[in-house]
Amino acid sequence: MAKLKLVMVGNGMAGVRTLEELLKVAPDLYEITVFGAEPHPNYNRILLSPVLAGEQTLDEIILNPLSWYADHGIRLHLNRRVVEVDRRRRVVVADDGTEAPYDRLLLATGSSPFILPVPGKELDGVIAYRDIADTNRMIEAARTHRHAVVIGGGLLGLEAANGLMLRGMTVTVVHIAPWLMERQLDQVAATMLQRSLEARGLRFRIGAQTEALLGGDDGGVQAVRFKDGTEVQADLVVMAAGIRPNTELARRIGLLCDHDGRGGISVSDTMQTLTDPRIYAVGECASHRGVAYGLVAPLFEQGRVCATHLAQFGIGRYGGSQTSTKLKVTGIDLFSAGQFMGGDGTEEIVLTDPFGGVYKKLVLKNDRLVGACLYGDTADGSWYFRLIREGTKVAHLRGQLMFGEPAQADDAMGEPPNDVAAAPERLAA
Amino acid sequence: MSLSAQPDTLTRTTCPYCGTGCGVIVSTRQGRIVDVQGDPRHPANAGRLCTKGSTLHLTAADHVTRQARLLTPMARAQRGGVPQPIGWNAALEQAADRFAQVIREHGPQAVGFYGSGQLLTEDYYVLNKLVKGLIGTNNLDTNSRLCMSSAVAGYKATLGADAPPACYDDVQHAQTLFIVGANTAWAHPILLRRIEDARKANPALKLIVADPRRTETAEMADLFLPIQPGTDVALFHGMLNVLLEEGLVDKAFIDAHTDGFDALCEAAQACSPAAAAALCGIPLDDLRQAARWFGGHTPTLSLYCQGLNQSARGTDKNAALINLHLATGQIGKPGAGPFSLTGQPNAMGGREVGGMANLLSAHRDLANASHREEVAALWGVDAVPEQPGLTAVAMFEAAARGEIKALWIACTNPAQSMPDQATVRRALERVDFVVVQEAFATTATCAHADLLLPATTWGEKDGTVTNSERRISRVRPAVAPAGEARHDWFIFTDFGRRLEARLPERTARYRPGTRTLFPYTTPESVWMEHRASTRGRDLDITGLSYHLLETRGPQQWPMPDGATQGTARLYADGAFPTANGRARFAPVAYAPVAEPCDADYPFSLNTGRLRDQWHGMSRTGTLGRLFGHVSEPAVELHPDDMRRLGLAEGDLVQVRSRRGALVLPAQASDAMAPSQAYIAMHWGPEYLGGQTETGDPVAGVNSLTQPAGCPTSRQPELKHAAVHLAPVTLPWRLLGLAWLPAEQALSVREALKPLMGAFAFSSCVPFGREGADGAHEVGVLFRAAAAQPVDAAMLTALRALLKLDGDDVMRLDDVHGGQHRAMRLRREADGLRLIGCLLAGDTRSEAWLRPLLQDGLVADAYGRFLLAPGATPPVAMAARGKQVCTCFNVSESAITTALSHCPGNDDERLARVQGELKCGTNCGSCIPALRKLVKRHPVPETQS
Repeated sequence: MAKLKLVMVGNGMAGVRTLEELLKVAPDLYEITVFGAEPHPNYNRILLSPVLAGEQTLDEIILNPLSWYADHGIRLHLNRRVVEVDRRRRVVVADDGTEAPYDRLLLATGSSPFILPVPGKELDGVIAYRDIADTNRMIEAARTHRHAVVIGGGLLGLEAANGLMLRGMTVTVVHIAPWLMERQLDQVAATMLQRSLEARGLRFRIGAQTEALLGGDDGGVQAVRFKDGTEVQADLVVMAAGIRPNTELARRIGLLCDHDGRGGISVSDTMQTLTDPRIYAVGECASHRGVAYGLVAPLFEQGRVCATHLAQFGIGRYGGSQTSTKLKVTGIDLFSAGQFMGGDGTEEIVLTDPFGGVYKKLVLKNDRLVGACLYGDTADGSWYFRLIREGTKVAHLRGQLMFGEPAQADDAMGEPPNDVAAAPERLAA
Repeated sequence: MSLSAQPDTLTRTTCPYCGTGCGVIVSTRQGRIVDVQGDPRHPANAGRLCTKGSTLHLTAADHVTRQARLLTPMARAQRGGVPQPIGWNAALEQAADRFAQVIREHGPQAVGFYGSGQLLTEDYYVLNKLVKGLIGTNNLDTNSRLCMSSAVAGYKATLGADAPPACYDDVQHAQTLFIVGANTAWAHPILLRRIEDARKANPALKLIVADPRRTETAEMADLFLPIQPGTDVALFHGMLNVLLEEGLVDKAFIDAHTDGFDALCEAAQACSPAAAAALCGIPLDDLRQAARWFGGHTPTLSLYCQGLNQSARGTDKNAALINLHLATGQIGKPGAGPFSLTGQPNAMGGREVGGMANLLSAHRDLANASHREEVAALWGVDAVPEQPGLTAVAMFEAAARGEIKALWIACTNPAQSMPDQATVRRALERVDFVVVQEAFATTATCAHADLLLPATTWGEKDGTVTNSERRISRVRPAVAPAGEARHDWFIFTDFGRRLEARLPERTARYRPGTRTLFPYTTPESVWMEHRASTRGRDLDITGLSYHLLETRGPQQWPMPDGATQGTARLYADGAFPTANGRARFAPVAYAPVAEPCDADYPFSLNTGRLRDQWHGMSRTGTLGRLFGHVSEPAVELHPDDMRRLGLAEGDLVQVRSRRGALVLPAQASDAMAPSQAYIAMHWGPEYLGGQTETGDPVAGVNSLTQPAGCPTSRQPELKHAAVHLAPVTLPWRLLGLAWLPAEQALSVREALKPLMGAFAFSSCVPFGREGADGAHEVGVLFRAAAAQPVDAAMLTALRALLKLDGDDVMRLDDVHGGQHRAMRLRREADGLRLIGCLLAGDTRSEAWLRPLLQDGLVADAYGRFLLAPGATPPVAMAARGKQVCTCFNVSESAITTALSHCPGNDDERLARVQGELKCGTNCGSCIPALRKLVKRHPVPETQS
């Protein structure tokens, strides 16, 4: 009997993880074709920051070498951008005219950096930070230029800034919000983070609004100008001001997407698009219950659910993820998860330790941990994350909560940390 | 002291604490007191000092003076307001105006003066003359009423005069020592050193101790009689009956020198030995043994103190004990006599000048018309008032009724020390004008003053005092008065002259030739007048002079003109200062305490001293090191009572009497008998706070105590109040501990005081080792409990005061969970040290945090686990344990460890531990405690 045909658009972490899960449970069900826009096999995008920082090489971050695709009989089209899908004929068409028929289509198109709509955004030396190519350009720029400005003080921006600084550049981080990483940290933790990064040499313009990027005669960027009229010298400007799900293809082929600017492809709890049940979507391009995730752990959860359905088991539901954050700047430990900013009906337990440079905030609601924000010591992050995800009642633990998982309470606390909790990594900012 | 730090001057003076009256030598350098040593030439102590005396110089440190002393006259525009500085002239003008106005409008009986056994004889003399001579009232009483008035009345009722007949040397000559109602080991430690010496020199010496508590003194006894509170008269009568039965009375002495023996025997009949033993709750054999030693193993010296005095039958108790001495002839010879131990340093001097509501100068009686005439003649006034004045308790009761319009309080702290504080508070609020003349600004009474007058104190004062054995010593200034402080005699003199100018109707009654009653320019000029008043009296000191005291040393009265030295013991000739020269037996009857225990109030509350504290602690309370022995207020109970009440060590318990209630931690004590409770007398509102059930601040231990007292001596029964005990549930706890710069610690404690009333229970004490090398920080401990968490503003205030809000503070805050913790750390050469912490909500981690902080252990290993809850330390640690030796800061654990490898008999083992750790080798106050430890920790037996 002929195998079913599965086509995957996108060759990133979420999609390939879905294939891995599928191959584990149904190795022979599909004939698989993958289109990848980048010239590389699947690599660990999370580790671009260590590559930029010079702590790892590109080779080291390849997750699935070309041989893996061959071993599993996967037809891989690199450097091919899918431009059309004929949903009636169930055929995918790439930019070079390559066609691939499918029984099931998996969209894993990921996301793109948000480029600030300011004058000068097209100048040479203005880049986003998304992929290996961007990383290589930054490494190259650091070799020849001195002044970098990173727009965006989120996870990605800070990792980029740290990497550029380690490569010898003078780096200023421009952040429009009142404090760094405002979606992952409260002000106290963010201030500690800023102090720590400042101590390493990074400069910050917090609350500054970028008005324009100024170019020189050579067409390259020279400076960033702010609304208050001040300027900062810049040979390199890295845009790290957020991401947008790549939904261009999906919209073109008539799949329902969320409305707002960050909206992704609307999927059900089985990761099927709401419009076409033969088409699945996972990863940063998907919008589940109105949420498009940018962190790796939820995407892996989505992949596992998606794989079971592709395998025709008909089991598994994706119910959304609790997310948590870590920053990969060596020597800086931070972690946040859940409703770390508190809110109505929540209670907070806060610990500050100026000697250890530690700040820990736990947010409780109805006797359950619902959020955590840790700076300086994240050893208990995975425990807190587990308590949050499992909704464990914590009254009996309240006094000890700040001081780590009680050794004798393993049974009461259920499973040891699983891989999801252990990998609260950013896929992209 | 190093060579480069030689003192400029050495000054011989006396210790200002108890009535033992030790001599001290004060070293000063550049006008500052830098050291104090026992005076080897002073007969009271021969160079020895106790924990309190040996730390006197530390209480006179500049930073203590700056923070705790009253340094300038202050006036309050209204009660409760902040007092504002006012010059001396304005202050005394105001005082004279107000007193003159009250005297003119309401008569002299509308003013009251309440003084102190800590005033010098000269101060007392001028005060007495001011009140009785100028103003014309006898409303002058002093805190000696709370201390020695029963002893006075007991002596006068039996021997005819207020004169302790024995002397300290008698301890060395006695064969039997009978200590009753006195914890000499703690209240008179230097006298106890003599007792230890005497026992060592004379192994045959028998020591009998009668006390409701098994005190450290009782632990030393050959025979301990744990009598029920208030049963002393029954004990003495029972012993008398044994003496009679066994033929141990001295018939010859009785016949030759006494009256009334038959009446006494009749009165004592109700107390047969068996009946007495039953009343006292002691074995009959023990009572018999006590009597046999008393009458048969002589000479016998009795030493007694507040257990007899602070009693509803105080005079009877004193007299009944003196009866035994008269019946056995144990008086007037070496090693024999009834010897009252004085509580205060100069209660004796106060009695000598007649500074009480019922006394007149030089042991004259107010009730005696010729005595009144003699005094009037001496003073140059037409008469001294006849109507007895109000005694201490009565004065405050009258004030509470509105009968006293102006009240002058000098050198004492009635808002701490008087019984029935509710009445005292009402009195202080009701009186129109309250003057407080004080050395310290920190006493509870200062808060009630309209006018605060700064007085000199130890190290500055100049005059004389008389100790328990009638010995007069010179008190000399080592340094100039602090700030604008003035000598008490001088304040009274100045005020007296201003009052004379305002009361022409009074000065019109001066005898011809008397221009002023206050012609004094020096303390000596006052003393000379006092001396003249003693001529021909039992205490005649006309043979004494300041010069003689300074050149030949302290002398015991009487020392009449022509005598070459003082008189060691009285009545050697069997002649007593009564009308017929015979002593009188007092046919007193046993009567129970004023407020017997009943079903509603089943516990007997006893109060008394701690070893290292003195009275209201205005002085000793400035030193953290004196809190090493007993660090915080507690009520001591028998372990069985603790169990019955369901109390664990440190649990909070409400102690309630018919007059008030307070909450404090319970502490099991093997010194306590069942159904008895003990709270140290020192824990006034300055250290022990909290709220009454109606939300008012509590007033310390004396909110519970009994105003009822002896009908003769008018001394209140502070040694017994019927109380009810009930565990209280105050689950929210707070503990603040901080090392603070010595320059700030006392001020911080003052600033914490107003917060103490915000909790159901609170206490605030210092800790630390001032004076030790490099110790420039003083600890402050604040403890509180409440039914529910206090508001954030209170915690913020506490953190600010305890310096726990800087960048060097770790914090844990769980607002909804009611948990707050803050830890202040300091990086030192060898690591991080915890120098302050606040625990609120769950304070169980005190168990390991407190030693960490107090012992200055390195805290690096703890990190933020310092903030962890629970009594189990997150890191293994070795705490030092309870301090036993205050002088050398030696802990119980160190002593027991050393004892485990010290063989030999008890004395040898004690000596070895002393050699090894130095404990008990300075002041010796902890030797009784060391002996107890020696007994309790025998050398582990080895196979032989």
